[in-house]
Amino acid sequence: MTIHEIENQLVDEFAAFDDWLDKYDLILDMGKSLPPIDPKYKTDQFIISGCQSKVWLHAEYREGKVFFTADSDAIITKGIVSMLVSVLSGQTPDAIQFADLSFIDQIGLKEHLSPTRSNGLASMVKQMKLYAMVFKMKS
Amino acid sequence: MSFDIQSVRADFPILSQTIYKRPLIYFDNAATTQKPLQVIHAISKYYEEDNCNIHRGVHYLSVKATEAFEEARKEIREFINATSTHEVIFTKGASESLNLVAASFGKKFLKPGDEVITTIMEHHSNFVPWQIICAEKGATLKIANILPNGELDLEHLYSLISEHTKIIAITHVSNVLGTINPVKEIISYAHRQGIPVLVDGAQGVSHISVDVTDLDCDFYCFSGHKMYGPMGIGVLYGKEKWLEELPPYQSGGEMVKDVNIERTTYNELPFKFEAGTPNVEGVMGLRAAVQYLKNLGMDEIHAYEDSLLKHAVERFSSICDMRFFGTAPSKASLVSFLIGDIHPFDAGTIIDKMGIAVRTGHHCAQPLIDHFGIPGTVRASFAFYNTIEEIEKLADAVSRVKTMFR
Repeated sequence: MTIHEIENQLVDEFAAFDDWLDKYDLILDMGKSLPPIDPKYKTDQFIISGCQSKVWLHAEYREGKVFFTADSDAIITKGIVSMLVSVLSGQTPDAIQFADLSFIDQIGLKEHLSPTRSNGLASMVKQMKLYAMVFKMKS
Repeated sequence: MSFDIQSVRADFPILSQTIYKRPLIYFDNAATTQKPLQVIHAISKYYEEDNCNIHRGVHYLSVKATEAFEEARKEIREFINATSTHEVIFTKGASESLNLVAASFGKKFLKPGDEVITTIMEHHSNFVPWQIICAEKGATLKIANILPNGELDLEHLYSLISEHTKIIAITHVSNVLGTINPVKEIISYAHRQGIPVLVDGAQGVSHISVDVTDLDCDFYCFSGHKMYGPMGIGVLYGKEKWLEELPPYQSGGEMVKDVNIERTTYNELPFKFEAGTPNVEGVMGLRAAVQYLKNLGMDEIHAYEDSLLKHAVERFSSICDMRFFGTAPSKASLVSFLIGDIHPFDAGTIIDKMGIAVRTGHHCAQPLIDHFGIPGTVRASFAFYNTIEEIEKLADAVSRVKTMFR
């Protein structure tokens, strides 16, 4: 699926709920479905520190596509991390670089990607795009 | 006086709004308090009727604005019971007051081998300026510990004092733990050994009646915005003998007496420390805030907030898995907690969606949070416009968080 198709799917899933607490229940479920990161990457080298929660991110390049694994110490952050990974993992460097990730805004989670939110997610998106750029340059 | 909570709340229009389809509950008062209409009106009145640059102007508006500005200084002197209006310096806030003292005191009095004592429970604003000046001067910053309940370990604090100690900088009330430190006792102990004491009163003035003469502190710093006044205005109280001795912190207009090509002489107190055009609207707002607090009565405020705190502690203690940080017997009206192992960011995000503003994280007191070995806390800090019903709703929200993250 393309980035756009996965984004639309996520937006539809959230549209089913009116109440914010129900939306957050869904985010928590998404966190649970995040594929585990190899413990050897859960080190300071792979950490993206927010002021309040931490994110670990690892990327691999196989057959022209970038594959991400990630984790967070906060469960809501992990849920959003899971969405970002499901949207961007397995995509080409070009697609990742140009992804505007507007689905976050459409779902109403824009605040979480604000640099002032201090949960490490804004820096995580930057880092994902940076990985994509580096892999593209190396290939 | 009994508290008419509904009429008090009517003074704070911001509190009557609905967020996420729920009534707003504001429990982030230790970060900043809301402003009563009296403060908001004082600021707009200043711009509608009195705006002018103050001091030295000979025309009508300048004289009027200057009089109001200096009248405010008098009211603030009276509010904290300082001896003289010369001892009340207007700053941007507690942070600037603390930076001013650290920089000016350090410049004049610190040399290699000297020591400054502070505590592990300080806000970064009363920690980093001392860390910086100590590094610059080759002095050592010594840190007093706390006891497990969040009280200051007085024995440890006193054991740190030596013949090299030049100043003790300590918070009146911890912004994370709520602990009210026995500053009067500490000051008297330090003074017996000839050591001055600075008190960070950012969390003190809004909750308890502060009398700097009775405390006998050498410096007392606070912010307007944490005591129902506007942002960008604060106060440094300093004993005249110290303020006379300290070199100016910033230079510019207003703070000088005479400037010529060879040298500059400085203005007298308090203007020596007030370089540039001051925040006049801020001072007008702060004056209105002080009047508001005086009308309600600091003792009445303290008693009411204490009843909120007692209720909160009792109610939250009945929820299992609650972990409290700061259970000192003498405590301002805030609770810092974790719900089991739930990350404070997770808890705060859900509590927010239930319409309740709490603060999560390290609260600008990283050394303290590291001391506990936790990622941060959830902090609910109460003000006199909060109610028992609101605390009940927070308890419900905490239960909801527990269910969601089970």
